[in-house]
Amino acid sequence: MDKLFKEYNEKLPANIITSLKEKMPKNISSANVKKIFELTLKEYETSKVEAGECVGLVAAESIGEPSTQMTLNTFHFAGVSEMNITTGLPRIIEILDARKKISTPMMEIYLKPPYSKGKDIKKIAQSIKETTLKDMTKEFLINIAELSIEVVLDPKSTKEFGVTDTVVSKTLQKSIKGYSIRKSGDNKITLKAKGKDVSLNEIYKTKEKIKGVYLKGIKGITQVLPIKRENEFMIITAGTNLKDILKLDKVDQTRTITNDIFEIYNVFGIEAARQSIIGEVYKVIENQGLNVDIRHIMLVADTMSVTGMIRGISRYGVVSGKASVLARASFETPLKHIIEASLTGEIDNLSSVVENVMLNQPVPVGTGLPGLITKVK
Amino acid sequence: MTEKKKTTKKKAVKKAAPKVKKAPAKPKKKEAKVEKKEVKEKEAEVVEEKEEFTEDYEGRHTYKKVKSIVFGFLSPKIIKKMASAKIVTPELYDKEGYPVDGGLMDIRLGVIDPGLKCKTCGAKLKECPGHFGYIELARPIIHVKLSPLILDMLRSTCRECGKILIPPDKIGKYVEVLNDVEKEKGIEERRKKIKEIISSIKTVNKCPHCKSRQQKIKLEKPTTFLENEKRITPIEVRTRLEKVPDEDCEVFGLNTKFMRPEWGVLTILLIPPVTIRPSITLESGERSEDDLTHKLGDIVRINQRLFENINAGAPEIIIEDLWDLLQYHITTFFDNNIAQLPPARHRSGQPLKTLSERIKSKEGRIRHNLAGKRTNFSARTVISPDPMLKLNEVGIPMEIAMKLSVPETVNDWNIKHLKKFLENGPDKYPGANYIIRPDGKKKKITDETKEQLLDELKPSYIVERHIMDGDISLFNRQPSLHRMSMMCHRAKVLPHKTLRLNPAVCNPYNADFDGDEMNLHIPQSEEARAEAEILMEVQTQLISPRYGLSVMGCVQDAISGNYILTKSLELSREEAADLLISVGITDFSKLPKKKMMQGKEIFSMLLPEDFDFFEKAKNEGEEDIVIKKGQLISGVMDKSNLGAGSGLLLRNIHKRYGADRALIILGKMFQLGIKVLLRTGFSAGISDTDLPKDAKEKIESILAKAEEGVRELINMYNKGELEAFPGRSIQETLELKILEMLNKARNNSGLIVSEHLNQESHTMIMAKSGARGNALNLAQMAACVGQQAMRGKRISKGYRDRTLPFFKKNDLSSEARGFIRAGFKSGLNPYEFFFMGITGRDSLMDTALRTPKSGYLYRRLANALQDLKIEYDETVRDASRKIIQFKYGEDNIDVSKSENGIINVQRIIDTLR
Repeated sequence: MDKLFKEYNEKLPANIITSLKEKMPKNISSANVKKIFELTLKEYETSKVEAGECVGLVAAESIGEPSTQMTLNTFHFAGVSEMNITTGLPRIIEILDARKKISTPMMEIYLKPPYSKGKDIKKIAQSIKETTLKDMTKEFLINIAELSIEVVLDPKSTKEFGVTDTVVSKTLQKSIKGYSIRKSGDNKITLKAKGKDVSLNEIYKTKEKIKGVYLKGIKGITQVLPIKRENEFMIITAGTNLKDILKLDKVDQTRTITNDIFEIYNVFGIEAARQSIIGEVYKVIENQGLNVDIRHIMLVADTMSVTGMIRGISRYGVVSGKASVLARASFETPLKHIIEASLTGEIDNLSSVVENVMLNQPVPVGTGLPGLITKVK
Repeated sequence: MTEKKKTTKKKAVKKAAPKVKKAPAKPKKKEAKVEKKEVKEKEAEVVEEKEEFTEDYEGRHTYKKVKSIVFGFLSPKIIKKMASAKIVTPELYDKEGYPVDGGLMDIRLGVIDPGLKCKTCGAKLKECPGHFGYIELARPIIHVKLSPLILDMLRSTCRECGKILIPPDKIGKYVEVLNDVEKEKGIEERRKKIKEIISSIKTVNKCPHCKSRQQKIKLEKPTTFLENEKRITPIEVRTRLEKVPDEDCEVFGLNTKFMRPEWGVLTILLIPPVTIRPSITLESGERSEDDLTHKLGDIVRINQRLFENINAGAPEIIIEDLWDLLQYHITTFFDNNIAQLPPARHRSGQPLKTLSERIKSKEGRIRHNLAGKRTNFSARTVISPDPMLKLNEVGIPMEIAMKLSVPETVNDWNIKHLKKFLENGPDKYPGANYIIRPDGKKKKITDETKEQLLDELKPSYIVERHIMDGDISLFNRQPSLHRMSMMCHRAKVLPHKTLRLNPAVCNPYNADFDGDEMNLHIPQSEEARAEAEILMEVQTQLISPRYGLSVMGCVQDAISGNYILTKSLELSREEAADLLISVGITDFSKLPKKKMMQGKEIFSMLLPEDFDFFEKAKNEGEEDIVIKKGQLISGVMDKSNLGAGSGLLLRNIHKRYGADRALIILGKMFQLGIKVLLRTGFSAGISDTDLPKDAKEKIESILAKAEEGVRELINMYNKGELEAFPGRSIQETLELKILEMLNKARNNSGLIVSEHLNQESHTMIMAKSGARGNALNLAQMAACVGQQAMRGKRISKGYRDRTLPFFKKNDLSSEARGFIRAGFKSGLNPYEFFFMGITGRDSLMDTALRTPKSGYLYRRLANALQDLKIEYDETVRDASRKIIQFKYGEDNIDVSKSENGIINVQRIIDTLR
């Protein structure tokens, strides 16, 4: 049997081989095994796509048609305590546009064994969260007479985050210029402007600025939520920072994931980004209860990533890369394309679909592809 | 119509494909230079096609008529050469209403009046394609669309010597880099790179060639150039641009064969032919000129005045004012939507539609006329259902059948047959409307001409006869989101005035009968009919390429009927035979020889005799579907087996017995379902939702408990005892908890409802079989409508601090925030009714806002992916033959040939057991 598997390994795609392996009954005659292989191969051969098939348009239809049925409801609660994430049509648009800033960045952080069983889960979560001065301060006071700002720390939260007032004042010293900073008693830090003619307005601005001074945790993670999923503890975060999270020892690097495709692209490269586009789009479609074959989504993801960079399905992305002037012009901003083409003396070889529609000629796709040459006597 | 400026012209270089064997290998380099507008270009090409077509009959094959199109600007020289008239006067017509020579309607530019002949080509209206003219401008004018280019050129070339501000030894390197970029990443990237280079050299302030100092140049939009805050006249601009050598132009991405920078400053203006700006004669006999003619009139008038003033030696200031005015007119002639300029308007105040507006946007030339086509031989009306039609038939009203026609060429074998149509004429049903003679003349058949045409008819004539049963037609419903939105049906001419279709094909069209209209087209050529039949007929579209399952299936009553039949029905042999006959089954040899017949046995009569099928039950407590040797042994047919887009039953029948047979079986199943209902009777009533007393009490207590729970939560919240979820505020936590509690209560009461309702009631049968409605709808009718949610939250807005004036301020209780405790049967009280109204409107808004968004997404996807196709080497490539995928979908499987995206190995194994 193994020999047969080896033999057919070349002829059949991997997914069919795996399901054959899985489903092959134990006590079966080798003649029948052979027959199964032959039949499968025959069926595979008949199920192949035919040359000229306009797979792109079919993929566009397959995603475009159900998108009419998706909800616009941006948010989705997956159970009471989980986070809101953008789903539905807005999320699909966001992915296919290849937006650099997505509306709800999110990470799913898996942990390595002792921690995945729930050890220290709250503590780990807390340590990941980006903590700023605001989170551990009771109040900010502005002393108008002395042109100084007084920061009153909240002892409860400083303890919780494991930060001392000394650390705070040191960080402040590093990030705020033009102020003398000193500890003025327990959990109090005073910032005094060095220059004399500092306006109140500037002091106020500084106050806003120091609120956001980064103290601890991982930048970009704004919310953390430890949850239990299928007997395993994990952390869901709002905001992402894949690179820094992966540096942590406790994190299971092989499964931790973000929904920010550009971040994946920057950390892992184009193949991972492509996979992530497929996964994210598929997740939304599935979640809406729609049935779209993954091959269509793969094709879209592949067109977005062929160049080695992520290009959106838009005027600036995939469409701008087309060779045909008329195809670009028929999409958006026709004047721009025609003028630019005229400056360079561009040639349109009429090799794609729209141009030929414009000229009332057969389109080089499907049945328009083969030519039949006959001699008429 | 037309587009760009006088200068931007496209030349269509036509060559007959030289490489195709035996092609007319005379690469006729016809520089049919069509001007601005594409439409024009098109017209020129169409003419071309006709010529070549005749050549085709000499045994040569023309693979493609237009091989490529070259884009380029027209130089002033070419403009002069191609123009057939110089326009010198703004007057249009003389006193007799005859076009003035040298005016804008000059008949050398083409004719738009019937009866006149074009002075250039001698052809009459509709035959003359129109010819260009030109005017000589008194002073040069900047072309708006090129002012950014001119700015770049001025900034990065020397004001003295005209050379580019790159040291001579480095120019070669830049060019090399650019060529590399283009080779690797395409022309768009090259453009980007050029922009980078230009912005890096515009700060150079000393010419590396002649060492002269450079000044700062600014563009005051749209067309004024300033050097050190002092204006540079277009004359000066032009002289500077003239100095730029050809090699340096290339660094800017200009191909000097098609564009010299100084052509961006116009000295003569091309006038589009009259045929693209025809005037309309109003009922009053008054002429109304096209917007372009108006604009051109302004240009010519100001231009003449400028000439006169210059010749008369008028003061500089007057000349400059006129010059600016001319600049404005020419600018708005090209584009009337420039941010810095007030748009030129009609007297009525409505902005003129000039060249750019004609091309741009959805209603513009490109998307409306070039990428979109119109057709004859089509019909549109309201649709209605007719379950007696086959799935691949469409019922056509007699009136439509007598207007539309199919051309049939007369030959020795069908001449008798076709003469009958001719005899019937256009008004008697199977008749004919026109005949076409071999010379192409079309003759209408009337009572007067009938006799003569009958005598005349002989082989090679074409008869356009009425639609008859079995003719091929295309049937379509918008929005055409799918390829299944346009399918080929066989005509069936029927009385009455609607188009009719089998309700089973509603699914792919997404049609219903609440007033929907659909379109019908009759293909006119043999090729078109063949393609329609082979590629588009209903059975060929049965399996969706989206998910590999059947898109058509039983709907509504057909599902209920089959459900009742296969679940519990028992019929006598006579009744069974009667039922089967009504479905069209006449062979009863398969029917078991016993007195009473099980519904499953009757259903099995539709299945092929050697059909085996197995599907595990989806829910617990249901039977697995088992079909052995064409007998349904266990399992009940419901939506998950018979419905569209679900279940493998239909998919398997299709796979084993082919599309044609699958369609017939589906049609029979549908009929059977309906006929069963016809015999058993089926109606739903309000009593279907009656609940026994104890169930009502149970529901009552569940709801009361939930409300009590909510009150407690609110109390805790008010006392500050509520603990927040991590990452949430206390209010949010409260909301979430309340929502959860109320939803649970509604779901629980729903369960009680489904338990206690009469399981045999028809409403229940519909819900269980999946024909219509679900458990939730039932619960909403019988017990409790439940929480009304907006954006995933309880309703919280409306009046200040409260939702409706029924409530106290800041009331957080369940009823004040949109929980509807009543069921539809008992009726909603006023505030519950308003809450329903709120969410109902919210969902309407959602739909209204979603449609354009998803439409745009779809358009972008379709545009981006439309030219990907499978090549003969099994790769997926785009139009420029770049590989997108090496194997389609990683395994080369066509989704529409798969079973829900996979090849079912299990089934193959089972066949060998």
